[in-house]
Amino acid sequence: MKFETPATTNPIDALKIVGKPFGRIDGPLKTTGKAPYAYERHDVVSNPAYGYVVGSAIAKGRIARIDLAAAKAAPGVRAIVTADNAGQLGKGERNTAKLLGGPEIEHYHQAIALVVADTFEQARAAAELLRVDYTKAEGAFDLAAVKGTGEPRPLFGGPADTALGDFSSAFAAAPVQLDATYTTPDQAHAMMEPHASIAAWDGDKLTLWTSNQMIAWGVTDIAKTLGIAKENVRLVSPFVGGGFGGKLFVRSDALLAALGARAVGRPVKVALQRPLMFNNTTHRPATIQRIRIGANRDGKITAIGHEEWSGNLPGGRPEGAVSQTRLLYAGANRMTATRLAALDLAEGNAMRAPGEASGMMALEIAIDEMAEKLGIDPIEFRILNDTQNDPERPARPFSQRQLTECFRTGAERFGWSKRDPRPGRVRDGRWMIGIGAAAAFRSNLLVKSAARVRLDRAGIVTVETDMTDIGTGSYTIIAQTAAEMMGVPLEKVVVRLGDSSFPVSSGSGGQFGGNNSTAGVYAACVKLREAIAQKLGFNSAEAEFADGEVRAGNRRVPLAQAAADGGLTAEDGIEYGDLDKKYQQSTFGAHFVEVGVDSATAEIRVRRMLAVCAAGRILNPKTARSQIIGAMTMGVGAALMEELVVDKRAGFFVNHDLAAYEVPVHADIPHQDMIFLDETDPVSSPMKAKGVAELGICGVAAAVANAIYNATGVRVREYPITLDKLLEQMPDVG
Amino acid sequence: MKSFTYERAQSPAAAAAAAARHPDAKFIAGGTNLLDLMKLEIETPAHLIDVNGLALDKIEPTQEGGLRIGALVRNTDLAADARVRRDYAVLSRALLAGASGQLRNKATTAGNLLQRTRCPYFYDTNQPCNKRKPGSGCAAIGGFSRQHAIVGASDACIATHPSDMAVAMRALDAAVETVRPNGATRTIPIAEFHRLPGNTPHVETALSPGELITAVTLPKPTGGVQIYRKVRDRASYAFALVSVAAIVQRDGTGHVALGGVAHKPWRLESADAQLPRGAKAVTAELLSGAKPTRENAFKLPLVERTLGAVLTEAKG
Repeated sequence: MKFETPATTNPIDALKIVGKPFGRIDGPLKTTGKAPYAYERHDVVSNPAYGYVVGSAIAKGRIARIDLAAAKAAPGVRAIVTADNAGQLGKGERNTAKLLGGPEIEHYHQAIALVVADTFEQARAAAELLRVDYTKAEGAFDLAAVKGTGEPRPLFGGPADTALGDFSSAFAAAPVQLDATYTTPDQAHAMMEPHASIAAWDGDKLTLWTSNQMIAWGVTDIAKTLGIAKENVRLVSPFVGGGFGGKLFVRSDALLAALGARAVGRPVKVALQRPLMFNNTTHRPATIQRIRIGANRDGKITAIGHEEWSGNLPGGRPEGAVSQTRLLYAGANRMTATRLAALDLAEGNAMRAPGEASGMMALEIAIDEMAEKLGIDPIEFRILNDTQNDPERPARPFSQRQLTECFRTGAERFGWSKRDPRPGRVRDGRWMIGIGAAAAFRSNLLVKSAARVRLDRAGIVTVETDMTDIGTGSYTIIAQTAAEMMGVPLEKVVVRLGDSSFPVSSGSGGQFGGNNSTAGVYAACVKLREAIAQKLGFNSAEAEFADGEVRAGNRRVPLAQAAADGGLTAEDGIEYGDLDKKYQQSTFGAHFVEVGVDSATAEIRVRRMLAVCAAGRILNPKTARSQIIGAMTMGVGAALMEELVVDKRAGFFVNHDLAAYEVPVHADIPHQDMIFLDETDPVSSPMKAKGVAELGICGVAAAVANAIYNATGVRVREYPITLDKLLEQMPDVG
Repeated sequence: MKSFTYERAQSPAAAAAAAARHPDAKFIAGGTNLLDLMKLEIETPAHLIDVNGLALDKIEPTQEGGLRIGALVRNTDLAADARVRRDYAVLSRALLAGASGQLRNKATTAGNLLQRTRCPYFYDTNQPCNKRKPGSGCAAIGGFSRQHAIVGASDACIATHPSDMAVAMRALDAAVETVRPNGATRTIPIAEFHRLPGNTPHVETALSPGELITAVTLPKPTGGVQIYRKVRDRASYAFALVSVAAIVQRDGTGHVALGGVAHKPWRLESADAQLPRGAKAVTAELLSGAKPTRENAFKLPLVERTLGAVLTEAKG
């Protein structure tokens, strides 16, 4: 189905099932431990051998010599895979560094071997017996030191640099100016389930039970890396224990499981060990961001400029932290610039809201700083510079934009009017109290997505698509979509996901999964409705599908009757025209945060949070709320504690386990609330929905930072905001 | 993890004797630290002596009016003991500030004293570490050292001791009771139990080979306001940047021990003597000769500010 003009009324608009807060249909499987995660597919694989990954001990250089003798002779060892014996390997289109290194080493903990043994314990013990001699090479590990060597590189969905009007002159002429530099550190996805795969070969056909967000990408890249036909690769990933972008791409677990299984002629399972995850896989790269804003005294922005420096392995992408600045606030004179330097740290890549999450961390502090210089309430300043058109291409309107409404609603609900704009004025015992706000912004991406829908004799509707559920609720919203379209209750829908033998979907990433995958299911259901109508002798344009029946005029036929002599199947997908060119499609929100800062120790604790979001039709308010709440939590981590610390001598992330890489625990997260504004966006898809998940993280950290400033008067521009950065400027203790 | 042999000890003296027979032996109780270190091959014992079956899990009054805490008393049970809560509140509070509920359920009193540093370079076997591999060097010096020691460190090691419990025990003047392979017992004052790194950071305690901790004793209660204040980046499940264990009497005298600043719980009796003069004077004495790194210099003002807040709280 081609979606080329804005949606008109369609069966989804009945909203009998879509838009209702159903609990996850896969919830019981998860809470009873029956959901089949990759490493535990005892149902499909028996007698697997176990692989243990060995990571490089250096960041850059070569393996001079690798001695496998002792490891090979260890009990239970069946094979040791290295670049020497793995045969010729290619590299996936979406991988920057090789998944199996050697003799060249590109980054610390790059996999250099897989030890395969009869038990996990044997593989682990033998892995310690490998003797590897390295020849180290000089590497670049310090972004601040190499940023001057950065070159323009396009970011995802846009050019490296943009400009409109005359930024330099307008900024120079502006009566009120801000010129500030902000930094964000490298961050890790740190999801619960590590990258894990079981591989089995049947002749030259490979099956991988794995944990992956993008099944079709995975098939392509595994085939390319192994040098085999795509048709000979099957990926299965029905449940994913968290991804956040870290599982968009096949990683070393999948490749090494495949190579290991080929070497031993038996299925092999590999879970990437937790201490390897931080340097072996991808991460969100650090940024240095310079923001300049010029405004008239009335608060109208006349010039806005945002420059980003990030680093990556040669061939990698920049973080893209300037992307929201192209779209968020008005201003006639504008510039953005993206510079990427070469770094020899592990591969930087997408992590939850790549670009905008980092960019909003900086921009939304800058906006607060500017508001203070102007003496304008920071929310009023944002509203004053709100716009209904793409600021860089003013002829192009936003499809929906309720930024102002988000702020107004949130301010009312959160009690913004009680905020004392003078910093450091509010105390609660030993705590200094502050309130801060920030905009939330994340664009909506259109990605084609297909599905197959089948009606059987019992009236059960089965949906199959390679869409993944990474904890987001895909199973549930897809079931709701099919139930609404086919006029059956939710219990009559079976959803099967995450298998490359199913039609190719959008996959899960960039908050594009929800809207696009359900739109694909919608398209397949439209086709199935036509087939059913035809079979039952209805005019499909007139037929109503409701309560398990097909109806028109006074004729009613049970739906299942259409499948009486065998099931009916339809397959279709959604494909998009140029509506995302004609309109800018984005999601908006406002974050509100109250913090307490201990007046003695400068410990920072979040006290309450609110997000107000406008993100198109909300397909399931319960699962969507969970997405926002989770993203807000992750934003608190980004604000206060998350940082992959670089050892600039040896070139690696030092705090590479979950004890040392801190993310929020329950005690860090207080009362959270969120509100969705009523919105339908007919420009986005027949579902009239947009992405939701990543909106929730964008801007949170800046709202925390702004609240800390309001509490203490200390402005920190280097994330994470830890107590040592406040301490010097805290008031004296008695 | 390397293969190891395993036995269940029948008595404390037998456990110590067994350890003397196996030079590469380790005692295992809760295993909350040892097993992790074995999986990473930071610890590679050839033999494990399981002491969990020994009847060392009681908390009993001593003749001197104090408490004897069996080596195997779990952290959760110790923190919840009514006598500890009433008479040694700083200990209960320190325990509850550490680890997580699940870990405290498993971790023992002796094991807590013997847990090893959380220095990330100690945990990464690719990196030099004099504590893990004597003579290999210290990657933390000149590296990531935000958590590390500011006093009592050496050119060989700047690691900190991670325990909260031990800091409270130091403030309480606890003592460690042990049995040696020859069956002899002795009592080691907590002040002498943990060592500074010097040139031998791998030697962390005063225990001799095979010596087994059987109990920790607390002296007769001294009363006073007892506070444990742990400062950290997140609200739970994080090691202290600095912590303060304080017992403050009505007349302003008392005991103060610090965590997160040294290779051992850090207390100087000469600093205690400054308590009536306030936090600044105590800190000056406690941290005299401090040699912080660029990354952890903030701990100096942080100690003073935290101690100041604790003393204010103690005054009520």
